Amino acid sequence: MNEIAELLQKDARLTPEDIASMLNKSVEDVREKIRQMEDDGTIIKYSAVINEEKLPKQKDKVVAFIEIQVQPEREKGFDAIAERIYQFPQVTSLYLMSGRYDLLVVVEGDNLKDVAFFVSDKLSTLDNVKSTATHFLLKKYKENGTMLFKQNKLERLNVAL
Amino acid sequence: MLRFNNRIEQMPPSGIRKFFDLVIDAKDIISLGVGEPDFVTPWHVRERVFYSLEQGRTSYTSNWGLMELRKETAKYLKDRFAVNYDASEIMITVGVSEAVDIALRTILNEGDEVILPEPTYVCYRPLAELAGAKAVAVSNPSFKITADDIEKAVTPKSKVIILSYPSNPTGYTIDRAEIEKIAEIARKHDLWIISDEIYGELTYEKEHFSIAAVPGMKDRVILMNGFSKAFAMTGWRLGYIAASNDFLAQAVKIHQYAALCAPIMAQYAAIESLQRGMPEMEEMKKSYWRRRNYMFEALNKIGMTVNRPEGAFYIFPSIERSKLSSEEFALGLLEKQRVAVIPGDVFGLGGEGRVRICYAIDFELLKECVARMEKFIKSL
Repeated sequence: MNEIAELLQKDARLTPEDIASMLNKSVEDVREKIRQMEDDGTIIKYSAVINEEKLPKQKDKVVAFIEIQVQPEREKGFDAIAERIYQFPQVTSLYLMSGRYDLLVVVEGDNLKDVAFFVSDKLSTLDNVKSTATHFLLKKYKENGTMLFKQNKLERLNVAL
Repeated sequence: MLRFNNRIEQMPPSGIRKFFDLVIDAKDIISLGVGEPDFVTPWHVRERVFYSLEQGRTSYTSNWGLMELRKETAKYLKDRFAVNYDASEIMITVGVSEAVDIALRTILNEGDEVILPEPTYVCYRPLAELAGAKAVAVSNPSFKITADDIEKAVTPKSKVIILSYPSNPTGYTIDRAEIEKIAEIARKHDLWIISDEIYGELTYEKEHFSIAAVPGMKDRVILMNGFSKAFAMTGWRLGYIAASNDFLAQAVKIHQYAALCAPIMAQYAAIESLQRGMPEMEEMKKSYWRRRNYMFEALNKIGMTVNRPEGAFYIFPSIERSKLSSEEFALGLLEKQRVAVIPGDVFGLGGEGRVRICYAIDFELLKECVARMEKFIKSL
């Protein structure tokens, strides 16, 4: 990965000035490179990583990981069925997998019933879907490389020569 | 009346009491005074030690250290720094600190002189004095010590030259051509060389060149290194000496009576670091490099002028513009802006008029510190 993308992925709030000085590049070059990456879709968007459990009185959301076995279509493979699935706003992530099943769908809903209904009504009924297995998420520990439960703040000396 | 050892009694405590007493217990400060990585030891290393504990590896090891670690260390030195040591020429110590103490006590007699380029890390002078020798400071206004600077200090009593590069506190290294000249001087005047290369791995643009790599120098070079800095393992207390069998045969006598061996848990951690820790070490190094780049530019911008450091994670800017002494500057900055830096004079000759900043802290905090230092300078 290029170094600018790497830095922004860790901290999207870094300014072009910061990045330029860290990498010994000119501010203009860094701005230009970021613009390019935004234009060509390398940088899709900037967002915050939120530990939702910390939000006040958040209505409980339900997240499910659904394994789907599908019959791939001639000429289109898995792409056509994948598109049918990822267009649903309830689907937050979708991956094609090797192994026992083909597609891994991450679905969010307001409650269990919501998700169950989505699976039985929308997913299982798709033509090429052979079977589904739904796993409800119980607790998140780490997401996208970020540990959601910060360990104790480490004590450091104020001075060490 | 109970009495203390005279040399110990006369030895001043490290640093400037007044300043350090203030800093040590201060709560709401940002400290740029901590000479250690801001990374926790990588997980795979910690996890390997859990395993070694589960296996019941809690015993003494040989005085020399675990053979597996000595072999890995010899291989590491060869791969990274092109110096050739057999595993039998490696002795594992309790950090480089113990290594320095042992080496000095092994070679020094009463009245010997130790040539010490300053400013430098604070342990060499007191340990040399404790061994009955006299430390002779040499310095260069550019902080890049030269063979000439060293040779001017040579007397018939000279016994050893202590090198420590890249340097704590300046971040400057000694270039290969100069190292070769220093080696020549050591040979000409028949001097030992203690080479503390704890920051060698953290050399940025250049390649670190060990004086032990100069042909024919192995018998007189006492090379020391450890895991604290590059592998983020300060609290494990693990280092080593690489030197001739003749030297080690003497040195091990001190080590076996004073320490017996380095902690076995730390030795297993070090094996893991050497076997699988290189990618994470490189990542940490890259992150210091970025912050070095930032600090070099930022400090010059606010008038704390400095040449670009070449290694370690320190920068040693001038505070001339403030018209304050190093101690006054550090005290003022602490009191008015709650930022701690180390007064340069703590590091010996040539350090007055500078402060040491360790930039191994979170980048946002680093930026905040620069802003506060700028405010402080403008308020003067």
